[in-house]
Amino acid sequence: MTISRTARRRATAILSLSVAGVMLAACGSSSNAGSDPTGKPTATGVKKGLTVYFIPKDTQNPYEVLADQGGKKALEELGGKVVVSSGTADTAAAQIPSIQTAIQKHADAIVIAGNDPSALCPSLNQASAAGIKIVSFDSDISCGTSPNHLFINQADTADVGTSEVDLLAKQIGSTGQVAILSAAASATNQNAWIGFMKKQLTKYPNMKLVSTVYGNDDPATSLTVLQGLLSAYPNLKGIISPTTVGISTAAQYLSNHKDVAKKVTLTGLGLPSQMKSYVKDGTVKSFELWNPNQLGYLAGYAAASLASGSASLQTGSTFKAGTLGSYKVLAPASGVGPSVVLGPPTVFDASNVDKFNF
Amino acid sequence: MTAQLTAPAPAPDTERFARGAALLRARELGIGVAIVLVFVATTISNHAFANAHSIQQLLTGAALIALLGVGETMVIVTRNVDLSVGSVVGLSAYIVGDVFKHHSGFPVLLGYVLGIVIGAVIGSINGLITVVTRVPSLVVTLAMLYIVRGVDGVIVNGKTIDPAAIPKSFTEVGYRTFLGVPWLAIIVAVVVAVVGYAMRSFRASRDLYAIGSNPEAASLAGIPAGRRVFTAFLISGALAGFAGSLFLALHAQIDVTGGNGYELTVVSAVVVGGVAIFGGSGTVLGAALGALLLNTINQALVAAKISSFWNEAIAGGLLLAAIAFDRWLGLRVARSLQSAQGAHRDA
Amino acid sequence: MTPDITTKPSETVSYRGADDGGQPLWRKLVRWETALVFVLIAVLIFGSAKESGFLDGTNFFYISLNMGEIAIMALPLTLIVMTGEIDLSVASMLGLSGTVMGSLFHDGWSVWAAMAAALLVGAAGGALNGLLVAKMGLPSIAVTIGTLTLFRGLAEIVLAPRTITGFPISLTKIGVVPVQGTKIAWSALIFLVLAIIFGVVLHATALGRSIVAIGLQPEAARFSGVRVDRIKFGLYVVSGVFCALAGILFTLKNSSVSYDAGTGLELNVVAIVLLGGVSIFGGRGTVIGVVLAVVIVGCLQQALTQMGVQPEVQNIVTGSLLLVSVLVPNSGELVRRIRARRRRGPVPAA
Repeated sequence: MTISRTARRRATAILSLSVAGVMLAACGSSSNAGSDPTGKPTATGVKKGLTVYFIPKDTQNPYEVLADQGGKKALEELGGKVVVSSGTADTAAAQIPSIQTAIQKHADAIVIAGNDPSALCPSLNQASAAGIKIVSFDSDISCGTSPNHLFINQADTADVGTSEVDLLAKQIGSTGQVAILSAAASATNQNAWIGFMKKQLTKYPNMKLVSTVYGNDDPATSLTVLQGLLSAYPNLKGIISPTTVGISTAAQYLSNHKDVAKKVTLTGLGLPSQMKSYVKDGTVKSFELWNPNQLGYLAGYAAASLASGSASLQTGSTFKAGTLGSYKVLAPASGVGPSVVLGPPTVFDASNVDKFNF
Repeated sequence: MTAQLTAPAPAPDTERFARGAALLRARELGIGVAIVLVFVATTISNHAFANAHSIQQLLTGAALIALLGVGETMVIVTRNVDLSVGSVVGLSAYIVGDVFKHHSGFPVLLGYVLGIVIGAVIGSINGLITVVTRVPSLVVTLAMLYIVRGVDGVIVNGKTIDPAAIPKSFTEVGYRTFLGVPWLAIIVAVVVAVVGYAMRSFRASRDLYAIGSNPEAASLAGIPAGRRVFTAFLISGALAGFAGSLFLALHAQIDVTGGNGYELTVVSAVVVGGVAIFGGSGTVLGAALGALLLNTINQALVAAKISSFWNEAIAGGLLLAAIAFDRWLGLRVARSLQSAQGAHRDA
Repeated sequence: MTPDITTKPSETVSYRGADDGGQPLWRKLVRWETALVFVLIAVLIFGSAKESGFLDGTNFFYISLNMGEIAIMALPLTLIVMTGEIDLSVASMLGLSGTVMGSLFHDGWSVWAAMAAALLVGAAGGALNGLLVAKMGLPSIAVTIGTLTLFRGLAEIVLAPRTITGFPISLTKIGVVPVQGTKIAWSALIFLVLAIIFGVVLHATALGRSIVAIGLQPEAARFSGVRVDRIKFGLYVVSGVFCALAGILFTLKNSSVSYDAGTGLELNVVAIVLLGGVSIFGGRGTVIGVVLAVVIVGCLQQALTQMGVQPEVQNIVTGSLLLVSVLVPNSGELVRRIRARRRRGPVPAA
């Protein structure tokens, strides 16, 4: 290699680096002043023309798509609009650009299902500092007071945990080995429910929790760990799967392995549309869930009310949620900040599973 | 990427082939032994593990990865790689499910054909770009991983195909057994047997090994490398599409997540199964056994009551051990060949 | 003529020779980087035409904040790919180092000691890769798929199902505010400084020339006295340390860490390096190309998100960009081959 060539290349490198510097500077030069929507309050005290960003775990999760639709309906009724924005993977990193976009677009509120309990807090805090109201749903974020936010709880966390154990106990005569088939090991809502299940299980001395396995909300992984469970515990009497992917995967397996299904009882949280055929063929007797559509609808109303100042995070503050009626903000308790509870979960069985379209 | 070429390739004489074949058989035997060891060790810690049901589950659980491993092996022996298989599984499973949902009378068998066709189309795109433009297949199929996953997402758009929409006769394949052996396992075993036989016996498929072990020599010998490589990608795609149909049959439901991340599991299984990542050697039987070993370990951990948090670390460690073992084996072959040659010369 | 779909070094040389069409190598490099500059300008025009706030300072901060760690991991990977190897374990190392840092901090270590331990873990992980690839001569793609799984698995064992929070606010503010007096995120500033260092090393030192030589023809490099194994080993250690640095910054930015931090980012990092014009065969590439690729991907991703484009479409755009980025430099070769075929008459289709 000749000297002149090296020198030339060095010059090229330096030149190109400085070009990049100029480009980078250009990227950050001008600034832009935003304008706030100044809507007039409606009869319910909610301003018109609000923009609410719905940031689900990802844009394809069927459960959250239903919730987003509920949110859209709520804001339509209130004369505002919903923008749904998220990534394709269930990671905090994929949600952060959406939060930034909401800030850039001067959104009035963000409704978010956290992919991570804490990693989103700094970004959400920025949004809060920019005057955006923060509402979480499905999976809560635990940011303490930075930012302060309202959690739309699908059902009382303790209720979900205890009712599922009770549901299973009723079916297996309160005796035998039981296991939990969960989603991801880092999922906040799952871990909270599992905590209450363990507590409730102490009331059934003859029921023994032998294992908790994680299917990561992926059918293939769920199937693998389910099969491992069945091999490891041939005397297993019951499985609780508090996740829609887990319970439907387990139901599909049991419905095709009647000899296993005879011994093992399955319950948990599932979508009626997915579970219908398994309830009808007798694989699953009952399971529960709330209406995700209503969850999004409630979140939409809550976000709009907070953004309009017609509701606050104060305990006891109330707001109207359209067709669902009136809701009251509950006091912070055990790791959960101000929250609103949608209502008790619905138990589905052969008698009613056909009546639901989600 | 350049190969850090393993053992200097000795002349392809018959003696080497004989030894190589013996070692390969040893390799497959080794994985078989490993599977048995894991099974026995698990049974000792949990007696309940050893029953017909467990074994059925081990076979069913490994079936899809093993099937994908067959196609991946054909591609990897030519010194290429197909990273798009996971995305293809997801796309073909969803499209087949969607067709069943909207055309209730759609023939079940055509559901499988459709999956294969979808996979074959994508496989041929992979093959065409790789062969015509000579862009490394790692990059081509990485790009296709993104693109196919994106197209899948646009088509799925947050919807799910529910079990009620899938004909019972279609999902039968996912759980029926014949003399206690799951249909899925039989299907995959047939594919492994057919492709395995072809890879040993037909000139065209033996060319794949020649291309992978020495491309220049292969081209001098008049092997139409482009056509062969294209075919390998086509078959890998078709098998991935077929695996998509089977995925749907097994799970009876599908949303956008189907097949996510399978590409790395498949490559791991294939490498654990003794297929050299830089081409030229390895068998489809080895790849299928590699898939079975990985799945056996996954289920054994649950059965042995070890936290499932250990799964990934063990799988990773196993993969590294397998690669290192292959290297050691390769060096030993080279050394024994050298000493054999030395003996010839002395004589 | 049959296509050589090979990855063997000797072939790549002849292939590259043909590709260059007799031009000096530097001219070729300049052309690719110029193309990237035009792409960047196009993205900026596109973004600002569609979104009024696209060119403002806040947005620039966001883009730099989102890309910082990915960009830092891309630098050592650039050098590794230049030598003809690859490292797919980068994102898992980000997760593992963040996990170790979080876990030790949780156990009462000072945050600085925890960071130092994270960097050590990075060095050790890199050394493992280096040992297997450079010293034992194992194929890097298989090795680093193995360590991708292994590192993530170790992180899972250490931390799952916990999430560690509570890092000092004086440090976590790097995720919220830019460097004082500027609009750039700390991680991106660190990246730019490192990029200049890497650029000088690659393009203006003997070590840089050795790296290029290894990528072009390892055997020849070895015979001419380049310590191939040692350089490759060193690069993997450097990669491990910088991924750990990225892991520390990622943890502080999010003011929390869980075992799955950064899952799947390896594909983004590889895509950026390739888009930056670094040849996957080794021997060809520039740091400036990678810097430009980082900026392009960051701006494009932000523009598409702000326009409300479906994230799935963004996947398609990423994949297509990747494909185009390798097709365009190869197109000269392609045209040449098609001409050659025509001259020789029809050839059976593939």
